[in-house]
Amino acid sequence: MSDRETDVREIIQNNIRNKKGIVNKIMPVFFFIMASVSVLTTIGIIVTLVTDAYKFFSAVGLSEIFSTRLAPLRAEDPTFGILPLINGTIIITAIAMLVAIPLGLTAALYLSQFASPRVRKTVKPILEVLAGIPTIVYGFFAYTFVTPMLMSLIPTLESKNALSPGIVMGIMIIPLVASLSEDAMNAVPEILKEGSLALGSTKLEVAIKVVIPSAISGIIASFVLAISRAIGETMIVTIASGSSKAFTFDITRSMQTMTSYIVEFTSGDAGSGTTGYYSLYAVGLILLSFTLVMNLIAQYISRKYREEY
Amino acid sequence: MDQKRLKKRLFLNDLFKNLFSLSVVFALLVLGILFYRIIADSIGWLSIKFLTGNLSIFPEKAGIYGVMVGSVWLMSIVVPVTLILGVSTAIYLEEYAKKGNIQMLIKVNISNLASVPSVIFGLLGLAVFSRLFNLGSSILAGGLTMSLLVLPIVVVSSQEAIKAVPSYLREASYAMGADKWTTVRRVVLPVALPGILTGAILSLSRAIGETAPLVVLGIPALLLRVPTSVMDNFTALPIQIYYWTLDTVLTAEYANLAAATIVVLLLILFMMNSVAIVIRNKFEVKF
Repeated sequence: MSDRETDVREIIQNNIRNKKGIVNKIMPVFFFIMASVSVLTTIGIIVTLVTDAYKFFSAVGLSEIFSTRLAPLRAEDPTFGILPLINGTIIITAIAMLVAIPLGLTAALYLSQFASPRVRKTVKPILEVLAGIPTIVYGFFAYTFVTPMLMSLIPTLESKNALSPGIVMGIMIIPLVASLSEDAMNAVPEILKEGSLALGSTKLEVAIKVVIPSAISGIIASFVLAISRAIGETMIVTIASGSSKAFTFDITRSMQTMTSYIVEFTSGDAGSGTTGYYSLYAVGLILLSFTLVMNLIAQYISRKYREEY
Repeated sequence: MDQKRLKKRLFLNDLFKNLFSLSVVFALLVLGILFYRIIADSIGWLSIKFLTGNLSIFPEKAGIYGVMVGSVWLMSIVVPVTLILGVSTAIYLEEYAKKGNIQMLIKVNISNLASVPSVIFGLLGLAVFSRLFNLGSSILAGGLTMSLLVLPIVVVSSQEAIKAVPSYLREASYAMGADKWTTVRRVVLPVALPGILTGAILSLSRAIGETAPLVVLGIPALLLRVPTSVMDNFTALPIQIYYWTLDTVLTAEYANLAAATIVVLLLILFMMNSVAIVIRNKFEVKF
């Protein structure tokens, strides 16, 4: 072996060891650190919510929290009953679901079972536009158009009420329900549908007796995800439902949801360190638990009851 | 008898087909009314003066130049932060991570993070960026909060794009003697780039229209100077729409200003989505 040859070999090996070797060792570490940011975000959310919520729960008695008296901004003796917020959230979510579930499901049935490919190809992207519009735009629409329209039908309706944002939120969620349940319906094997058609069923009978039963887990999962989405929705309710903290079941009146409580309180002067400031995180924690439970239920349903073909 | 039953069944089929199609028609109709109302409200208010003027308490004089600059500044934080974090996470998950607990943890975490309400991200930003890091309601605090909010979108779409790169391209690269990083940098990323960009633009269009986290950070409704650095206070398009909509009680013309701002916001979103579609159709390589 000549000297020259070993030189070259050494140079190459040094090159590999020093330059490429280091880069190849550093990059995985770099990517791992970047990937852990998402985990850190989750940890950050949980830690900030839990620590500040803990301060709230230790400052306010349980009997006060589970009461219907909510007056966080009162100068003397503010009270922090959460029930009006939970009540408002549930009622507005329920109104939204009354709109989104029937309309979304039937739209999905139409698109997957009845519509011609051409209609489907044109309609679906337009429906997606509904889902892509920022929620602040829906808030504006609810407050300046839907509410005045409803007022002419229901004269007792207040200018801020639960009905209008509920309906508009439902319309916003139609594409979510429609596209998720349509995916579930399309996953039903063609042979099942064709078998039923061959036996003389009409398309409607195929849809009701074959497609819906087979796709039911995906359809219900889409409903649950829609509920989760509605619970977390903020701007529509903040604008159109106002900030009344009364405990009421009257949908013609103003109600506050958990999300709009957070927005109202932060855009006001929530002094750091006050019970009011910590109440934000307590409400945030409860809101997060609500949506998390809904998502886990949705995942569970679609995993557990999925029909395997 | 049988004939009668058959007729009934066919009648029901047609009836429900039409009923079901009404749901679609209703949704499209609402979309149409929404666009019509907003455009009708903005007519006469959307002008060059409106786009180049500064905020004012007098509706006739108000312009959204500073607001648009605020949104652009916000994006100047969101774009690099989400791209670096999101694409790196996707590369790690698809190229480097061994199948196992850590990979599963990150994946489950990202899918759960995607469903956290945006207002919660606002609380995180308020506690961590605004208060702990003392960034207040600056562009930096808003941009970082927004970046975390849209991170899952970029990660998932980048993952899809990287997954779609066929493994024989990687194997060919290794066979030529390239190492892992070279393969990722020179083979995988260039092929996946159109998909990554499409996802990035979609996440950006989410960030530009998102309101709640910024309101929670305490972005003020005051008449601010046009921001000149990332530490300045700012207002963004959705924030301005929010405050103008709330204040229609005081001054009815604010509704027109809000509508005109919505038109600007929707036009920006429309352009961004068109660019995404063009990138997807023109540059995406199919295998």
